[in-house]
Amino acid sequence: MAQFRLPPNSRLQKGRFFEAPAGAKQIRRFEVYRYDPDTGENPRVDHYDVALDQCGPMVLDGLIKIKNEVDPTLTFRRSCREGICGSCAMNIDGLNTLACTLAIDDIKGPVKVYPLPHMEVIKDLVPDLTHFYAQYASIKPWLQTRTPAPPDRERLQSRAEQELINSPSACILCACCSTSCPSYWWNSDRYLGPAALLAAYRWLVDSRDEASGERLDALEDSFRLYRCHTIMNCTNSCPKDLNPARAIAEIKKTLAVRRM
Amino acid sequence: MVRYERPLSPHLDVYRWEVSNALSILHRATGVALSFGAIALVGWLMSVVGGPAAYNALNGFFTGPIGGLMLFGWTFCFFYHLCNGIRHLAWDTGRGFEKDRARMTGWFVVIVALVMTLAVWLAAFIA
Repeated sequence: MAQFRLPPNSRLQKGRFFEAPAGAKQIRRFEVYRYDPDTGENPRVDHYDVALDQCGPMVLDGLIKIKNEVDPTLTFRRSCREGICGSCAMNIDGLNTLACTLAIDDIKGPVKVYPLPHMEVIKDLVPDLTHFYAQYASIKPWLQTRTPAPPDRERLQSRAEQELINSPSACILCACCSTSCPSYWWNSDRYLGPAALLAAYRWLVDSRDEASGERLDALEDSFRLYRCHTIMNCTNSCPKDLNPARAIAEIKKTLAVRRM
Repeated sequence: MVRYERPLSPHLDVYRWEVSNALSILHRATGVALSFGAIALVGWLMSVVGGPAAYNALNGFFTGPIGGLMLFGWTFCFFYHLCNGIRHLAWDTGRGFEKDRARMTGWFVVIVALVMTLAVWLAAFIA
């Protein structure tokens, strides 16, 4: 049964406030979720007034500036700062996205930053993605074949066949989609979630893969696949502009056709 | 070192309401409301069997302000659930998943449901 209210140890407390340095011109407030595993105190929301005139344009730049100049204990994942590694996925301004590709100027009012929703928090903006990765592994995201490969060349695809996997292959596993999905919030123990299902779709439509039957068998389950109720939060939040909702619908359609 | 139980990150409280997710929960809410409406419909049928006194009592309630409001609400629930159900059927064929398209069909369904609700009630008042 869905638990709508946060458990007692997760409810937010009032946080601290950090003023902008004197003489700062363009000030924007950042409201950032904080949790310190060393004290075990309830999480809080700290407020930072950031001087934008001495800051890069993206939300990630703001967070790095806070960490460098105001509060070195602020913890978050980041790496490529150009939207390809998926590390800095978080809930910003109410939507899951990458902090490195969202401009501060595109947000009205204070910049509210939370970890990816309904996840166990390790520290501050860092959620535990172990289960998410395990679900990805469970769909066997690799090429499965029975026939031997041609001895003199790779397994070739036509351009049209390649284009089918083009878009779903662009997933960076940032977990924005899965953690935006209410079905995943309530049932992530059994529902695979949009990211894993998009990956499953990517291998189902791969012309070189020869395990479609087994893949469909593994998905045909009232929880693993059919907890998707087309809420569309996944597609709306994907920072790579992919469409997991459509991929899931295509899997359902394939299963329906197979049964006929 | 003590290890504390990790907190759960906020979800419903922080996630943004958009057309898509608001209409999705409205679909479920109207479905629940309609199942109560089905019970009321059965009650009404039973009052027909129960004779004039029972029938007049229930009919009196549903022609009164509270009962009337309930019927109006169920009318909207019915048309919204019906139209959005057709939207779901279109999705099941793999169509309409573009972000703009899904938003547009969402608004379309709401407007059609409102128009049909008003049309039914206008027709009821004219008749």
